[in-house]
Amino acid sequence: MALLAVERIKLFSTRSPWWCMLLALGLTLGFTGLIVANAGGVFVLSVATTQVAYNFGLMVIMVMAALAITTEYRFGTIRATFQAVPKRTAVLVSKTVVVALLAGVVGEIIAFGCWGLSRLIKPDASLAIQTADDWRNVAGVGLVYVVGAILALGVGLLIRQTAGAVAVILVWSLLVESLVGLIPTVGVKIQAWLPFNVASHFLHGDQQLVAGGQGASGIHYQMGVWVSMLYFAGVAVALLAAGIVAANVRDA
Amino acid sequence: MIEAVGLTKRYGPTLAVDDLSFTVRPGVVTGFLGPNGAGKSTTMRLILGLDRPTSGVVRIDGKTYHELDRPLRTVGALLDAKWVHPNRSAYAHLLWMARSNGLPKRRVQEVLDLVGLTAAAKRRAGAYSLGMSQRLGIASALLGDPQVLLFDEPVNGLDPEGIVWIRTFMQSLAAQGRTVLVSSHLLSEMAVTAEELVVIGRGRLITQCTTAEFIERSSAATVFVRSPQLSKLEPALAEKGFTVETDGEGLKVSGASTEEVGDVAAAVGAVVHELTAKRASLEQAFMALTEDAVEYQTGHDVVTEGA
Repeated sequence: MALLAVERIKLFSTRSPWWCMLLALGLTLGFTGLIVANAGGVFVLSVATTQVAYNFGLMVIMVMAALAITTEYRFGTIRATFQAVPKRTAVLVSKTVVVALLAGVVGEIIAFGCWGLSRLIKPDASLAIQTADDWRNVAGVGLVYVVGAILALGVGLLIRQTAGAVAVILVWSLLVESLVGLIPTVGVKIQAWLPFNVASHFLHGDQQLVAGGQGASGIHYQMGVWVSMLYFAGVAVALLAAGIVAANVRDA
Repeated sequence: MIEAVGLTKRYGPTLAVDDLSFTVRPGVVTGFLGPNGAGKSTTMRLILGLDRPTSGVVRIDGKTYHELDRPLRTVGALLDAKWVHPNRSAYAHLLWMARSNGLPKRRVQEVLDLVGLTAAAKRRAGAYSLGMSQRLGIASALLGDPQVLLFDEPVNGLDPEGIVWIRTFMQSLAAQGRTVLVSSHLLSEMAVTAEELVVIGRGRLITQCTTAEFIERSSAATVFVRSPQLSKLEPALAEKGFTVETDGEGLKVSGASTEEVGDVAAAVGAVVHELTAKRASLEQAFMALTEDAVEYQTGHDVVTEGA
């Protein structure tokens, strides 16, 4: 418990997490507001469409998570930490718990915030959360943020440098996973197994959303929605485990 | 008490620490002396378990660092005053450290008072001057009231006031019966700070002895004698078996005491205008000992002053 408190003090005693959380909230809510305000005609407003902007917040939260570890290496506080607590695995697991919990809370605030904002903008649309799919669409965003944060921490632990870690996370999730689809024939088959695509499958299932948006890319997922979640989580935990092993083996 | 046995650390092709064994006793300040790049900081990181030794072991009061429960209560260290997040306040920095070792909040206030940082405690550490950062580093080292303290080049870049403050502080810590190991590449600094010395060069132990012994042993004595009758004096001294060298209006006599040179001068009836014992400077002594142990040699001979 003391280690959780330590990581909580560390996280909240610098400004960057606060800025990241505000930015995640502002970007996602703002983009959702624009989409919903301009919806109508062929664009059908549903519970799922209130969440199409979740990626904005996810990116910022993953950057926050990566920063939580890379700045420790950048400023040498990781050495001060391992000096105070030589049990490195315990330290890093505690950090993961604190950062992932925060990501989850922020994710739920963002998800329900976007949904609430959409209801405010379009009170006549049928946006009530009723089915299990609806609940997963909205509340699932928090889960995706939790796993995304764990994945980003893993990458941060392996790369240790802010610029490198952030570049890998953003290029991977924003470019690589969609550009792989350009490869003829096999591209879409590979895409069905890439973690961020799979995470979006968990949220949206096989629903058709905005043209060109997530879920409309012609990918045929092999896993059910909850298995998709487990798969995404599995990738993230594997990366984190690799990062923790590396931190134990390498000199601090 | 710190005990290093056969400590070795290899980074790729470079052997940073090479089969190093030494002990640091409680109650005195022990200087850890060596030229830049000799492996002092690496050794300190090995003591703290931050780096893994390639072979060998270092124990603190009989335990390796990883075996210590709440290590800040046993070992306090200032390796780099910059190991603080620049946007975190000194108070928050000390608070998380205290929390990690189950130390009460009031201890944070105590160490801040002790190093005189109370007024600046809520400011972000990135805005601190070097002297203030160093004080924060010392505050974090003292947080757990440890019996063993390590300081890596603590006076580097400090103003005279800061240097005196740290020096007196370390001596008072040792006087309380604690084990204090402080590294430096300056022998003159160690001469006034440390009683014991562990001298290393290129990762290897050169010697471990008291500071007085080290200076005594390593500085050869010469006597400078100035006289208008050098032509009389010089052969007489050479006859006695001393190595004599002409130096301007006088002679540099190696291996002699002032008494011996004075006696010779009186015997030959030479007028003596000056008779001084000269010791090699501490730096020269140090360089003589670590000559083959300097990692980065400059291309030319170092020009040194006579004394």
